[in-house]
Amino acid sequence: MNMPLTTAQAQPSAFGFNSLHKVFRSKDGANVIALRDVQFEVRQGEFVTVVGPSGCGKSTLLRILAGLATATEGGAVLGGRPVTGPSRDVGVVFQSPVLLPWRNVLQNVLVPAQIQGRDMAAATKRAMHYLELVGLETFVTKYPNELSGGMQQRVGIARAFVNDPMLLLMDEPFGALDAMTRENMNLELLKLKERTGATIMLVTHSIPEAVFLGDRVVVMSPRPGRVTQIIDVDLPTPRTLDMINTDHFGTYVSGIRANLNAAGGLD
Amino acid sequence: MNSTPSTAATMPHPQPASLSTAPDAQTPPAPEPAPEAGLTPMRRRTLMVGFFVLVIAAWHYAIVLLQVSPLIFPGPVSVANALVEAFQSGNIWPHLWVTLYEILAGFAFGALFGLLLGAMIGQSTLLEAVLYPYVVAFQTVPKVAIAPLFVLWFGFDTTSKVVITATIVFFPVLANTIVGLRSAPRDQIELMTAFTASPWHVFRMVRVPHALPYVFAGLDIGIVLAVIGAIVGEFVGSQAGLGYLILQRNYSMDAAGMFAILVVLSVIGLVLHSVMKLIARRVIFWTDSFTDLSRGS
Repeated sequence: MNMPLTTAQAQPSAFGFNSLHKVFRSKDGANVIALRDVQFEVRQGEFVTVVGPSGCGKSTLLRILAGLATATEGGAVLGGRPVTGPSRDVGVVFQSPVLLPWRNVLQNVLVPAQIQGRDMAAATKRAMHYLELVGLETFVTKYPNELSGGMQQRVGIARAFVNDPMLLLMDEPFGALDAMTRENMNLELLKLKERTGATIMLVTHSIPEAVFLGDRVVVMSPRPGRVTQIIDVDLPTPRTLDMINTDHFGTYVSGIRANLNAAGGLD
Repeated sequence: MNSTPSTAATMPHPQPASLSTAPDAQTPPAPEPAPEAGLTPMRRRTLMVGFFVLVIAAWHYAIVLLQVSPLIFPGPVSVANALVEAFQSGNIWPHLWVTLYEILAGFAFGALFGLLLGAMIGQSTLLEAVLYPYVVAFQTVPKVAIAPLFVLWFGFDTTSKVVITATIVFFPVLANTIVGLRSAPRDQIELMTAFTASPWHVFRMVRVPHALPYVFAGLDIGIVLAVIGAIVGEFVGSQAGLGYLILQRNYSMDAAGMFAILVVLSVIGLVLHSVMKLIARRVIFWTDSFTDLSRGS
C-alpha cells in the first residue's frame, strides 16, 4: 500500500512517511528495529504532534524528515519529493537551544539566512518580525549568556522561522524548561502557528502537551518503534490553558495513556 | 584528541557551561565565591604591592644577615643599581631590541605554522594519524639539544634564534588548535547541518569560534615560551641579545648585572603575557574565563 504523493484532500500534503523502517546495528552486531512500518501523511498548515516514551523512535523519525538520518527502507516525503538530505524548506528546533555564544540574539536568528545565502536585508526584517512575535524585540543585541533558558529557546524558535520554512520540526523543544515557562511557550507557539500558517511537527513525551498543541496526535510505542494510534483532536481553536482542565481534554489524555500502557507501557 | 601530550591539552572548558547553565540570568554570570571575595581592586592592588615590598625586604635582609658575597648572590640594591646603570648608559638597548625581535618573530612564525598545521590536522583524522606521530616525536626532543644544529644551519645571527623560538612556540599552539577545532558540540554542528550548512560553513561559523579560547590559551603559553626560546638560542651561539649579555657578564663575574637582565626578561614575559590576555579578552569576549594558563613545559 503505497502512499499517494498527491492527495485529493482540500489541503495538499506537506509531508509524509512511506512504509518507513529504520534498523540500527548495535555494538554487538545485533540489529535493533528502531522504527517499523511508519506511514502517515500531514497536510499543509497542520500541527501534528508525535508522542511516545523514550526509545520509541520519535526523534529518529524527526531526524529522518530533517535529512539528518536515513531510513533503512521506505522514507520520508517532503512537498512531494523524497527526502535525501537537509532542506532549505525546513526549520528545526532541538531540545537545547544551541545558540552561538559569540553572536547576539539577532545574529543568532540570522544564522540560517546566512548559511543559505539569503538577501540579508530582507532576512533581518523577518528576523525582527519573529523576534517581536516571541517577545524578544528589546533583546536583539543581548548575548545568549545574558538570557534565561526560556528566552534562549525563543531565540531558537525565531531562528527556525527566519527563512519562512514550509515545515517546522521541533524535537522536545520545551523539554528543558520549567512547567510554567513551558505552558507559556506552548501558547506562544500556537500564536506563531496561527499567524504564519506553518506546518509543524513537534515531538514530545508529554501527553498533555501533545494534545494541547496538536491538530492530530501520532502515538508511538517502543520496541520496535511504531505508530499505534493517530488521533484527531477536535478541541476548539484558539486553545487556551483552561481547556487543560476540561473533561474533553482529559478524555484525550487518558485515552492516549491507556493506548501506550497497552502497547508496552510508559517508563 | 585526548592524546595531546602537553600542558596545552589541559584547557579551560570555554563555553559549554555558559550556555546550559544560565537559568534565569539577565545579569552577567555571578562572580565566583572565591575565598578572597569582597576584595576591592584597590585593596587587591595594595596587597600585591605589599607582598612585593615584603619579598624585596626579605631578600635584602637575608643577604645582609647571612653575609652572602655579592659576587655570588647580589642584594636587591645592587641589582637595582645595575639595572639603572644598564639603561642609563644605554648599553642594554641594542641587546634588548635583538632579543625582543627574536621573541616576536619566532612567536609569529611558530604560531602561524601551529595554526595552519593545527587547522589541517583538526579537520582530518587521517592527517592526524599520518602527521601527528612526527610532531610528537619532534616535540619530545629537547629544543636545547637541537639548538646547536640550528646555529650550524642558520648562523650566529638572529635567524637561528627565530627558528629555535618558532619550534618551541609551534607545539602548544598546534595542540590547542587541534583540540579546539574538535571541541564544537555535536548538536551545534547538527543544527547547522539541518539548516543546509556546508562543511565550510560549519568550520567558519562554529568550529573556528569554538577553537578560539583554546587557541588563545596556546598562544599565551607560546608567547611566554618564546622568551625562553630566544635566550636558549643566544646561549648556544650569538653576537648580541640579552642571553649573550648574560653570558658576557657571567664571564666577568658580574652577578648583579646578570640579575638585572633576568629582571628585564621577566618584565618582557609579563608584558607579553598581559598583552596576550588583553587581546584574548577582546576577541573571545563570550567566555568569562580566560584564566591564567601560562606555565612552562
